Amino acid sequence: MGVPRGADAGSPTPDEGRRTGVLSGGSPRLALVFLLPALALLLLFLIYPIFSSAIRSTYDAAGDRFVGLDNYVQAFTDPQTLLSLRNTAIWVIVAPAVVTTVGLLFAVLTERIRWATAFRLVVFMPIAISLFASGIIFRLVYDQEPERGLANAITVSVHDAFSSPSLYPGARPRDPATLTPDPSGALVTGRTFGANDVAPLAITGLAPDKLPEGAVQAVQPEPGPGLRGLVWLDVGGGTERVIDPGERGMPGVVLQVLRDNATVATMTTGNDGRYVVPDLPPGDYKIRLAENNFTAPFRGINWFTGTLVTPVIISAWIWIMAGFAMTFIAAGLAAIPRDALEAARVDGATEWQVFRRVTVPLLSPVLLVVFVTLVITVLKIFDLVLVMAPGSVLPEANVLALQMWQVSFGGNDPGLGSALGILLFLLVLPAMIFNIRRFRGDQ
Amino acid sequence: MRLPKMVTAAAVAALALSSAACSSSSNEPAKAPGSAALQGQTLTVAAVWSKTEQQNFEAVLTEFEKRTGATVQYESLGDELPTVIKTRVAGGQAPNVAMIAQPGLIAEFARAGNLKPLAANVESIITDQFSAGAKSIGQVDGKTYGVLFKAANKSSVWYNAADVATTPKSWDEFISELKKQSDSGKTPLSVAGEPGWALTDWFENIYLQTAGPEMYDKLAKHEIPWTDPSVTKAFEELAKVFGQSSFFPGGNAGAVATDFPTSVTNVFGTNPKASLTFEGDFVSAEITKAGAFTVGDTARYFAFPQLAGKSAVVTGGDIAVAFKDDAATTALMEFLASSDAASVWAKAGGLLSLNKKVANDVYPDATTRQLAKELVDAGDNVRYDLSDLTPSAFGGTKGAGFWKAMQDFLANPANVAAVQQSLETSAAAAYKK
Repeated sequence: MGVPRGADAGSPTPDEGRRTGVLSGGSPRLALVFLLPALALLLLFLIYPIFSSAIRSTYDAAGDRFVGLDNYVQAFTDPQTLLSLRNTAIWVIVAPAVVTTVGLLFAVLTERIRWATAFRLVVFMPIAISLFASGIIFRLVYDQEPERGLANAITVSVHDAFSSPSLYPGARPRDPATLTPDPSGALVTGRTFGANDVAPLAITGLAPDKLPEGAVQAVQPEPGPGLRGLVWLDVGGGTERVIDPGERGMPGVVLQVLRDNATVATMTTGNDGRYVVPDLPPGDYKIRLAENNFTAPFRGINWFTGTLVTPVIISAWIWIMAGFAMTFIAAGLAAIPRDALEAARVDGATEWQVFRRVTVPLLSPVLLVVFVTLVITVLKIFDLVLVMAPGSVLPEANVLALQMWQVSFGGNDPGLGSALGILLFLLVLPAMIFNIRRFRGDQ
Repeated sequence: MRLPKMVTAAAVAALALSSAACSSSSNEPAKAPGSAALQGQTLTVAAVWSKTEQQNFEAVLTEFEKRTGATVQYESLGDELPTVIKTRVAGGQAPNVAMIAQPGLIAEFARAGNLKPLAANVESIITDQFSAGAKSIGQVDGKTYGVLFKAANKSSVWYNAADVATTPKSWDEFISELKKQSDSGKTPLSVAGEPGWALTDWFENIYLQTAGPEMYDKLAKHEIPWTDPSVTKAFEELAKVFGQSSFFPGGNAGAVATDFPTSVTNVFGTNPKASLTFEGDFVSAEITKAGAFTVGDTARYFAFPQLAGKSAVVTGGDIAVAFKDDAATTALMEFLASSDAASVWAKAGGLLSLNKKVANDVYPDATTRQLAKELVDAGDNVRYDLSDLTPSAFGGTKGAGFWKAMQDFLANPANVAAVQQSLETSAAAAYKK
């Protein structure tokens, strides 16, 4: 069992130091008295819960039937737990590496700028905010509504800079049968019309006050030469599908006349919504209202979908932790002997070479400790996911620590929950041992 | 009129008893809420309430103290009440009485023998003053363990009075009202899709009406599968609304991302995007918090539209249960079941009671009176929120089971069969434990 080893390794260290180092003459018994409170607390809040969880993980949900390793089998077969394991793996692979890299960049670059302390202070500040609060901040940053969410405010303005919004966003046919959307999103009449027919088309789904200023009362076209028709907003009047007084035409709608799916003419409706396509040879025609008349406005990206949600939450964590990494690395950087860097520069190395061949190797112990510490933090990630992931995508964003909590308290299965807890503990253990070894090595 | 008479009667009884018997009996069951025989006894009551609700409940408890002479300590445990109570019970430190809003937890405690069944005199009060449907809420395996003290009316559709001319009575009228508004370019309906529980309430209201209370009870116990045709029918009715993406601000994707407070401010905020929203009576508190509308005037409600020609109400709320059965605890349970206790809080606002004897005019305003009346009038057609009756792994976990299935349904209302299948799969797993 690695359990006591991990815990023991921490406490005897000062003891050993005393044995090997200069003895100050204090009695070991006195030392024990001083150590007792800490030992008692460790026993009560660390050792006992670990063993109690390990035992609990071999019992069923109610806690009265011994099930052996069943809970562990379930943990590795349940699709939801596997998904959480996968997400935890993504976190461990991506997040600490990115944060260490970003921290290193910030540390090296801030060494060279004038207001370095001020800059570092700003980058470090997110650490002072709790993960919970940061989660709420980033939930807002990635909010779907461009008025609230910063991310979508940017995507929408960029998008709208390249393509202008349509004239009648969201409008739709009164009868889906007479006008059906084709694959491109344009509306095509279901029936065909002759060269001199009248084709009135009723549109709905738009507030009358959204019509352009010039729009006037819709008028049923008189039969006459040419394919004649009308596109009007069938809203606000008394009867549906009838041109009531007060219902206005829709000016500026671009429509195409199709024959055998090929465009033979293109028209734009007038202020009363009427159009006339003259001089058509006899035949069967369909009318197509181009898709860009009705395209709904671009609402930005939905960040909280199954595929995007984990990267989005990781991005928030990077924002929070970059300052932590930077601070530690900057401290390490300050301890690097300047003459080594100077010697390399004198020998004609470029700044990039100095960075690659001298700075990073000299920093590697610090980088490693930062990286491993971040791995431990990431394995325990919980609140950020809980706060940021909306309920509908939570399963896709779930991580081991959160799954453990949900299974134990929401799902009412402390057995499986304990098994997940032990699993998490075993995953953290190697990183812990590594870090402890390093600290001892440093001493 | 009834109220003062009872109070005087109680006071007289208290005087008579205190002079005759002094404070002697501690093991004898209390005769009535009115025996000062409980002098010197201390009770603890745990509930989630804090702030105003705590003050109102403490007023109820003060009334009990006045009548019996017992001392009651109130403990506000907040939203983690189930976890705290579980720990307390495991440690043998259960309170005398707790207000629990999770019938599943109550059933768990009852079957483990932690709860005491109510004394015969308390049960007879409940039988007399509550409908059979309301009484069944406090029952586990046929025994009465508790009484729904603070009820919610989860069958109310709230609307902007300026946007809806005539309130729809039937489901079809409701849909045509939504269509009419949507045709004129509005997005009429605000749905809270981000918390799964709000969506389960949609299903529960429809199912309770279309399938009836008996089927509702069977589904809650998983005696019929979620693939049952009655469930299909309810989902198909719901799809008539959820399938119209033009009804919702931001379409279906927007609805799935809308949290509960936003679903209210979408209608009753300073910049309204919709005209109607459905949820329980607690929407009124959110409307007041948002501040732009006045409940009862610019913001009103109508009962959930009828699908089968009769009204039915989905309720929820805090059920009083007893962990002890000594005289003082029994007296307190008897008091909490009575109309007197409910009236004390009802008068202050914020509490609806299923007790038929609570006079409708004690409620502070017309909207509350109407909400309370519908609850009582629903009679046997009142049922506790179904998702709370199911194991919490199925009916109460974010991103899982019932909640998740309803969100999937809102995102893609065409696929009823797949939603039913996923419901059945997760229900089967959750009920097995």
